[in-house]
Amino acid sequence: MSPEWRDTVVQLAYLAASVLFIFSLKWMNSPASARRGVWAGVWAMVLGVGGTLLNPAVAVSSLPWIALAVMVGGLIGVPLSKVPLTAVPQRTALSHAFGGLAAGLVGTAKYYLWTHEGGENLTTFRMFAIAAEVILGFLTFTGSLMAAGKLQEILPGRPITYRGQLIVNFLTLGGAIACGVGLLINPQWTFLFPILIILALAFGVMLIIPIGGADMPTVIALLNSYAGLSAVAMGFVLDNTLLIIAGALDGSSGLILSIVMCKAMNRSFSNVLFGAFGSVQADTGAAAGATVKSATPEEAAEIMEQADTVVIVPGYGMAVAQAQHRVRELYDQLIKRGINVKFAIHPVAGRMPGHMNVLLAEADIPYEDLVEMDEINPEMPQVDVVLVLGANDVVNPAAKNNPKSPIHGMPIIEADRAKTVLAVKRSMKPGFAGIDNELYTMDKTLMVFGDAKAVVGDMAKTLAGDSGMH
Amino acid sequence: MMTPILAAAAPAGLGAYIPLIFVFILATFIGLDVIRNVSRLLHTPLMSLTNAISAIVIVGAILVAGPQIGDEHPLWISILGLIAIAAASVNIVSGFLITNRMLKMFKSRKPEDKA
Repeated sequence: MSPEWRDTVVQLAYLAASVLFIFSLKWMNSPASARRGVWAGVWAMVLGVGGTLLNPAVAVSSLPWIALAVMVGGLIGVPLSKVPLTAVPQRTALSHAFGGLAAGLVGTAKYYLWTHEGGENLTTFRMFAIAAEVILGFLTFTGSLMAAGKLQEILPGRPITYRGQLIVNFLTLGGAIACGVGLLINPQWTFLFPILIILALAFGVMLIIPIGGADMPTVIALLNSYAGLSAVAMGFVLDNTLLIIAGALDGSSGLILSIVMCKAMNRSFSNVLFGAFGSVQADTGAAAGATVKSATPEEAAEIMEQADTVVIVPGYGMAVAQAQHRVRELYDQLIKRGINVKFAIHPVAGRMPGHMNVLLAEADIPYEDLVEMDEINPEMPQVDVVLVLGANDVVNPAAKNNPKSPIHGMPIIEADRAKTVLAVKRSMKPGFAGIDNELYTMDKTLMVFGDAKAVVGDMAKTLAGDSGMH
Repeated sequence: MMTPILAAAAPAGLGAYIPLIFVFILATFIGLDVIRNVSRLLHTPLMSLTNAISAIVIVGAILVAGPQIGDEHPLWISILGLIAIAAASVNIVSGFLITNRMLKMFKSRKPEDKA
């Protein structure tokens, strides 16, 4: 093949890959077509990598090394794809870290390559793109590692704050940007480049330490966006349209998910990133010493048995207790009695967007019965029983009623409007935000204390035993 | 792709990169529109799928690791590229596999269950 032909074939492969990436995401619009989307993505990747290997710049002698690197990555990747679904948030954060690292390393390599050559290829625009790529890549790397560490509970999940934190953070980021500006003025000031890398790495850590567990869905989505933007910057560095398109798709996905999460918490980006939510000492609106009524799992099961409609509100507590399979048993028992069962999913329930849906899908609950918050709320007054399962802040009526509450204005699943509320909880300890939940002290509420998995298992067992006797 | 190649020969200003900026802006609009239509049920698989897609940075890593090693292309540059290839491969393999695994779990209600 002549070089011109070779270049045309490479570009056509990139074009086809770009189209397939767009279809890949488009097919995610429904569970029925989503698996086709994965295959579109796989073929796009094959075309992208295959086309790149045809590039005349890639020497034949390098191919075995490239293959080896791919295999090493694959060997790490396979076990990472088999983690339990409760660990998917950590896995996602970890893979953002790998993506950020790859982008940062490529940007670094290109910078030194071009300065090594004498710098005539290092245009101001390219220098700008490299600085953006390296800052975004390396801050995503350490930031995502921190997020993964917090989610895996290797690091403390509570926000870590200190006086002057914001100033230190801004100075660090500002320092990195200043190094970038210096390099724009003169790309040959090579001493600035390692400083830029170190400051970007440090900023990633500092950005995440003040962020608490409940804000992780937003943060993971935001890091997703950064990883995409670093790929875009790499595309500008390498004049590569495929990288720009795929990176832009990824960046916009992360952006939309973070907006969805922020809206679901009625908070702004800056509030999530700099608010240190968990450190807020809440004004406890609820009266001290309010009485709490409790019930045994058996009693709770009997109440549900009498209902026509039961709505289950799952939260992070269900994931922690790994209770989803017991929930399925309970669901089966209720369905068998002709009871209408729905799951009300709050957008920020769990530790990443869509977390609850995946866990319930794993337990074979048909996705038609997983209902969004906006859909279920108008029906709430007709619901006989709401079973709150490890959720807390997302059903706290203070979000509507108490203007002094830190979560005031956040849209909630209006469990308080149902006829009866059953709340499964380990103890009366307040949730992540440290806010009392008046739902638990309402007249129509019965608390069922214990581990979610054990309690729901007992409920299902009671119902199963019952049906045997009839 | 013609214009940026010319730009390499004449390292002028921003003008040469305008076509790439067009591509970026238009792709972002497509991305925002497509993602807005993704089912909320599937937001977790969406994230793992975009993890895999953003591993397209492997293309850049191959271009850094690929050239013949010599005076113009020091060994350590290639090593950085190879590490980046490995990191991106982790995401390609684990991203597509786990997305597929999760999507397999989403089942519709079977007609007989309704009875």
